[in-house]
Amino acid sequence: MLKKVILISGGAAVGKTAVLKNIIPLLQSKDIALSVCKIDCVATKDGLVYENMGIPSVVGISGDICPDHFLVSNLPELYHWADEKTSDILLIETAGLCHRCSPATEKMTAGCVLDCTSSCQAPAQLGPMLTYADFVVLTKIDMVSQAEREIILWKIKDLNPSAKLFTIDGLTGYGAEGLADWLGGLSKEENFDDDILRHSMPSGVCSYCVGEKRVGSVYQQGVVGKIEF
Amino acid sequence: MHKLIICGGNDKYGNSEGIQRLDLFRGELYTIVGNTGSGKSRLMKDIEQLADHDTVTQRRVFIDGKQFTWEERQEQSLHFVAHLGQNMRFMLDTTVEEFLNLHAHCRAKEVDTNEIIFQANQITPEAIMPNQSLNLLSGGQTRALMIADIALICDSPIVLIDEIENAGIDKEKAFALLLSKEKLVMIVTHDPHTALMAKQRIVMEAGAIKQVIQRSEKEAAIFEQLSKEYRKQKRLQNAIRNGEGVI
Ligand SMILES: Nc1nc2c(ncn2[C@@H]2O[C@H](COP(=O)(O)OP(=O)(O)OP(=O)(O)O)[C@@H](O)[C@H]2O)c(=O)[nH]1
Ligand SMILES: Nc1ncnc2c1ncn2[C@@H]1O[C@H](COP(=O)(O)OP(=O)(O)OP(=O)(O)O)[C@@H](O)[C@H]1O
Ligand SMILES: [Mg+2]
Ligand SMILES: [Mg+2]
Ligand SMILES: [Zn+2]
Ligand SMILES: [Zn+2]
Repeated sequence: MLKKVILISGGAAVGKTAVLKNIIPLLQSKDIALSVCKIDCVATKDGLVYENMGIPSVVGISGDICPDHFLVSNLPELYHWADEKTSDILLIETAGLCHRCSPATEKMTAGCVLDCTSSCQAPAQLGPMLTYADFVVLTKIDMVSQAEREIILWKIKDLNPSAKLFTIDGLTGYGAEGLADWLGGLSKEENFDDDILRHSMPSGVCSYCVGEKRVGSVYQQGVVGKIEF
Repeated sequence: MHKLIICGGNDKYGNSEGIQRLDLFRGELYTIVGNTGSGKSRLMKDIEQLADHDTVTQRRVFIDGKQFTWEERQEQSLHFVAHLGQNMRFMLDTTVEEFLNLHAHCRAKEVDTNEIIFQANQITPEAIMPNQSLNLLSGGQTRALMIADIALICDSPIVLIDEIENAGIDKEKAFALLLSKEKLVMIVTHDPHTALMAKQRIVMEAGAIKQVIQRSEKEAAIFEQLSKEYRKQKRLQNAIRNGEGVI
């Protein structure tokens, strides 16, 4: 029976896969059965990475839909799939392009991955993905000055004081052990029915969502936002 | 904190490290030498991370013989160790002054940013301005500012510097600034003058600490000689940089 669902969200190329690659073997060594799902918009090679690690994996391509909306629409089926694979833990790596949405639900263990080089400019931009996270992983710590690392950590703590904080060097794997220990703690069997989103997702249904190409107010229908000058 | 203890691990081929235990003391300067790829930067990282059998080298690093839990290590390592890595750059999109204030704020300290910039400008010939954009600093300015930041904002008793020679900064002034603060300083270097500056130097080979050499009387004399030559070279370098003739 599925006992835990771990969400790894974060911007593009922040090191989500690198983090998972490091913690998967550590979790396996604790005799935990894993399966993994990667969500992306167009195409991804991450599925292959996980397949090569010998765990059940599935890739979801969201195409024109917001990848976070897409993930939530597929959650019950995903839980069911992971259950059939007799997994203890289902790991989900998001595409993380839409910073307005967070697909985190109440029953997940939700994590946000940030890297020192890009996300650090303004962690506040990450919105609910960061502020509603149970744990935050800071990657690429090898690339910036120590002073900046301190500043970033301090900013993260300020935005989400209750999240558990981990720093990881995704290339060497330093720090992965602490994260794996923390994530590997399993409680009783969990019931994933009646799950609920932590943060409502913004509606994004304007003409352009459904294929409109012409520019101009007359073509805009549905929920339309305008800049105030 | 008084001392740092390094317990040997394995070299790149899995053989056990030549030195099984190394005690390093506060207020001392140590240099680390060895061929490229011999594991100098790795040793710095092990110390920074207070390694505990969990890095490629399998080393263990203790402060005053204390054993930290994994959580304490994440918390404490930033307080005990300031590390200026070989490839570190500034990424924050902010001004020099703003960055220094932010960093001081994180450490709950009051600092005089002008004093820190003044000290950095002693180390680098091109002056850093308070309102300059942090990530547009030159290589030498970046390094100089990081050193001044370590000396004046970080309280960390242990300072690790991975190569100081690059980018034409004044290394003697940089050392003077760092060593004035009763810190344990370790410097990775390929330069014989810098290497002989310390009374003890750590020699790396194939990923392991091979030996620790005490500087002999003869070597101390050679160091004095090299210092004179360094200063002479510095003078020439300045003259040439300033477009003056060299007679
Ligand atoms: N220097 C450094 N590079 C890293 C680190 N972690 C990851 N990288 C590199 O960053 C790049 C992106 O890493 P990925 O793990 O593929 O990032 P991702 O978030 O999974 O990317 P997408 O799935 O495409 O959104 C790769 O080239 C990694 O090797 C790190 O800690 N330090
Ligand atoms: N004991 C060890 N076991 C396994 N790998 C090691 C060991 N020590 C170092 N390495 C690895 O060897 C590589 C080269 O080491 P490192 O970068 O520390 O060399 P260096 O001495 O700093 O070289 P340079 O002078 O060129 O900077 C690194 O990838 C490092 O992780
Ligand atoms: Mg990925
Ligand atoms: Mg090196
Ligand atoms: Zn969205
Ligand atoms: Zn739209």
